[in-house]
Amino acid sequence: MLQGWIIVCTSFAYLGLLFAIAYYADKRADAGRSVIASPYIYSLSLAVYATAWTFYGSVGRAASDGIGFLPIYIGPTLMIALWWVVMRKILRISKQNRITSLADFIASRYGKSALLGGAVTVIAVIGIVPYISLQLKAVSNGFLIVMQYPEIVMPAKLGAVPVAQDTALWVALILALFTIAFGTRHLDAAEHHEGMVAAIAFESLVKLLAFLAVGIYVTFVVYDGLGDVFARAAANRELAPLLTPLEGLAGNYASWAWLTILSMAAIMFLPRQFQVAVIENKDERHLNKAIWLFPVYMLAINLFVLPIAFGGRLHFPGGSVDADTFVLTIPMAEKQELLALLVFIGGLSAATGMVIVETIALSTMVCNDLVMPVLLRLRSLRLNERPDLTGLLLGIRRGAIVFVLLLGYLYFRVAGEAYALVSIGLISFAAVAQFAPAALGGIFWKGGTRRGALAGLCAGFAVWVYTLLLPALERSGWLPIGLLEQGPWGIELLRPLELFGLKGLDQITHAMVWSMIANVGAYVGVSLAGSPSAEETRQASLFVDVLRTQPAGGGARFWRGTASVPELQSLLARFLGSESAEEAFHAYARAKGLRWPGEALVADAEFVHYVETQLAGAIGAASARIMVASVVKEEALTLGEVRAMLDEASQVIAYSHKLEQKSQELERATNELRAANARLTELDRLKDEFVSTVSHELRTPLTSIRAFSEILHDHPDLPRSERERFLGIVIKETERLTRLIHQVLDASRLDSGRTEWHESLVDLRGVIEDTVAATEQLFRERHVRLETKLPERVPKVVADLDRMMQVVVNLLSNAVKFVEAGRGRVEIGLAEEGEFVRVDVRDNGQGIKEEDQEIIFDKFRQAGDTLTGKPQGSGLGLHISRRIVEHFGGRMWVSSRPGEGACFSFTLPKSREFAVARAA
Amino acid sequence: MSEFEGNGQRLIALCLLGCVLFNYPVLALFNVPGTVLGIPVLYAYLFGAWAALVALMAWIVERRR
Repeated sequence: MLQGWIIVCTSFAYLGLLFAIAYYADKRADAGRSVIASPYIYSLSLAVYATAWTFYGSVGRAASDGIGFLPIYIGPTLMIALWWVVMRKILRISKQNRITSLADFIASRYGKSALLGGAVTVIAVIGIVPYISLQLKAVSNGFLIVMQYPEIVMPAKLGAVPVAQDTALWVALILALFTIAFGTRHLDAAEHHEGMVAAIAFESLVKLLAFLAVGIYVTFVVYDGLGDVFARAAANRELAPLLTPLEGLAGNYASWAWLTILSMAAIMFLPRQFQVAVIENKDERHLNKAIWLFPVYMLAINLFVLPIAFGGRLHFPGGSVDADTFVLTIPMAEKQELLALLVFIGGLSAATGMVIVETIALSTMVCNDLVMPVLLRLRSLRLNERPDLTGLLLGIRRGAIVFVLLLGYLYFRVAGEAYALVSIGLISFAAVAQFAPAALGGIFWKGGTRRGALAGLCAGFAVWVYTLLLPALERSGWLPIGLLEQGPWGIELLRPLELFGLKGLDQITHAMVWSMIANVGAYVGVSLAGSPSAEETRQASLFVDVLRTQPAGGGARFWRGTASVPELQSLLARFLGSESAEEAFHAYARAKGLRWPGEALVADAEFVHYVETQLAGAIGAASARIMVASVVKEEALTLGEVRAMLDEASQVIAYSHKLEQKSQELERATNELRAANARLTELDRLKDEFVSTVSHELRTPLTSIRAFSEILHDHPDLPRSERERFLGIVIKETERLTRLIHQVLDASRLDSGRTEWHESLVDLRGVIEDTVAATEQLFRERHVRLETKLPERVPKVVADLDRMMQVVVNLLSNAVKFVEAGRGRVEIGLAEEGEFVRVDVRDNGQGIKEEDQEIIFDKFRQAGDTLTGKPQGSGLGLHISRRIVEHFGGRMWVSSRPGEGACFSFTLPKSREFAVARAA
Repeated sequence: MSEFEGNGQRLIALCLLGCVLFNYPVLALFNVPGTVLGIPVLYAYLFGAWAALVALMAWIVERRR
């Protein structure tokens, strides 16, 4: 069933399917329901890294080198781990500046330099052309081989064909048409090609499935599992050296390391990788999943490379079949027609995916960074006066696609036959690796300048041409033989493959060593030798500091001049079409909260910057700069001014940071002040209360003294007994008044620490006994029973004897006051408790409510309502007692439950040493 | 240190680990005759270490979600 027409029809049907997917995705995108906004699609689209080179070429390289192909996939795995930091930065920069391609990125970083953008574009095109020719070669070879079924004939043996009958040419032309249909259907201001990305993700699935299918078939159907393949290979005299020990590797760890570095650069700076990873990225968060999903994909697609390679070598001994074609020829030899067809489609997927994305990326670069800047500068073309340039832009891009593919074909005709697939691919890798210093340096080092980047790129590229491209062309017979052997003009030291006598490295490693030395050396050296311009300084700051907090205004801060809205609008309309331009203006007005065109927009710095960024999305940063500059009057900023602005910005950030700290400190201080104020207010309230309570307490005895004195004064004829009774009351009230004043003074002395203490060793037992004797009368009067529970001996405490008496008297007189007359019972106990001696005075009165238990120790505070209830004491006794106990290192508290009586307790430390230690 | 920065540092460390694992001299330790489950030691090591590295990357990025 593998007739020619079936293969051709299947191929076209497959391309048709791709187109349908792309069409559907584009429609969905227009409707605002993107299908590619998923981390899985993003990861699969990154797998455009695996091209026909992977699909066919890995096996070819493995068949001759063993494991030597692997660094090309390990490198990206290592690199992608750094994407969390590096790629995130690039994504932010690209979104903020509407970067449209790698050339745009580098040009934009170094002061929107059109020259630099052009240089990057030229290097990219020349560097990638061999890679594209590789895809053409793979597809046309695959097609020719499958067409010979059931014979297995290598295309090289079919003989030369005229150009018009060359499959590769037709493949190139069909792919060109296809890419044009995909990538340049319309002009997108953001360079998003959603349909293309969807199709690429699908192709990634197809090629993975096809490769896994043939891998499983060869390993488990043709052979008996992995062990079997390796065992047979080990037994084979030709293959054994590839297995034990690995000589291809053992001699050359250097080339292994350089291949890894090379592919690390490739995964970032191949134009197609930059396109899918950066330009087509919909959401920065997709990066998270891609960081491990993409390596999983690469691991999967490499699992069966070695079994297929060894299986093929065993299957076709003697090298009659090119190892690059094993994936296709093994199923053919086994008469598995369907599998062969699937593999062919898989190869087609791999090749078309790469060609589509690569040529779209290159055409954008050629259009925006090479052709447009030149056209816009040619005043004779009067492009400035044309009303609509979108057609011209699309035309240039379509032309660029055809041009790049035909260049690829040309390279294929010229040099393609001389190399295996892998070697061609590596030449391209080495070319794009030249972008690494300028691009990576540009996002981490502010010191890199435009001249430095240009010098580095040119130096690296020159070495690449000399050590890789020239030898490739010469081997194909297009340059005079002898250059490689004798060196130019017979100078052996300059031989391209052994530059300056560096021997013992393979061609790629040799080229990488010299080109990187030249590139990095020139980049750093020239950057440091000169100093950046104003534009470069500002772009450097925007790129390197992209993850930091940006002061308001972003790039607009650096612009000064005058512009008019209608002019800017017509400028935007010329490149985006009038509808898109109007939409862009509406979006800006919405963001500003204006109703445009009803309310006029102001052509200030921010607006001009917005228009320039929009324009950059269509024609690249360098061209956009030229165009905007042509319609606005700008005042050039000097380097000093830009530096001052940058300094100002960083100072503002530093200040705002400091300000934040200060405001936090202030807030703390405010809180403290507020708390202090609350305390003071409370104290003030207490003082007022104190004064009013004292006055109240003083007035009661005063009033009765006055009243009885007046009676005595007015009635001199009162009976003697009455007179004596009244005089008795007056004396009692006077005593009470004296006591009260004494207590108030005492409390105030205690509070202010002006009391005199007479310390001595005090026996508390003696104190209690004396006090009980002294208050006996009080208890008898109220018919309250007083019980004492005193041990024989207790250790003495250090205290003031009189003061201790005062405390105990206070507690006992309180107790007797608060128990019911007649049924009341008070018990005083003394006990040792650890290092303390403890005194308890327990009563069976009404008890004290929980919330009052601490309050009663305050000045003039008594349980219950002091205003309505009859005061039963001065309210100072407990306060004074607690002060006294605390002065001698003890503690006083009350434990009680309402209705169950109260127990007032205090402790005093036993020994003097302890008392001192506690007081300290 | 935010989780974002933490992951960045973990992944950078992983990249450095990979550079050590996949280069001379560690690579030379496994470049010896012999097989593991029928697969030559070096091949088994390379794919095994690769898979382990990818698994670690997935773990770092995906955990706590």
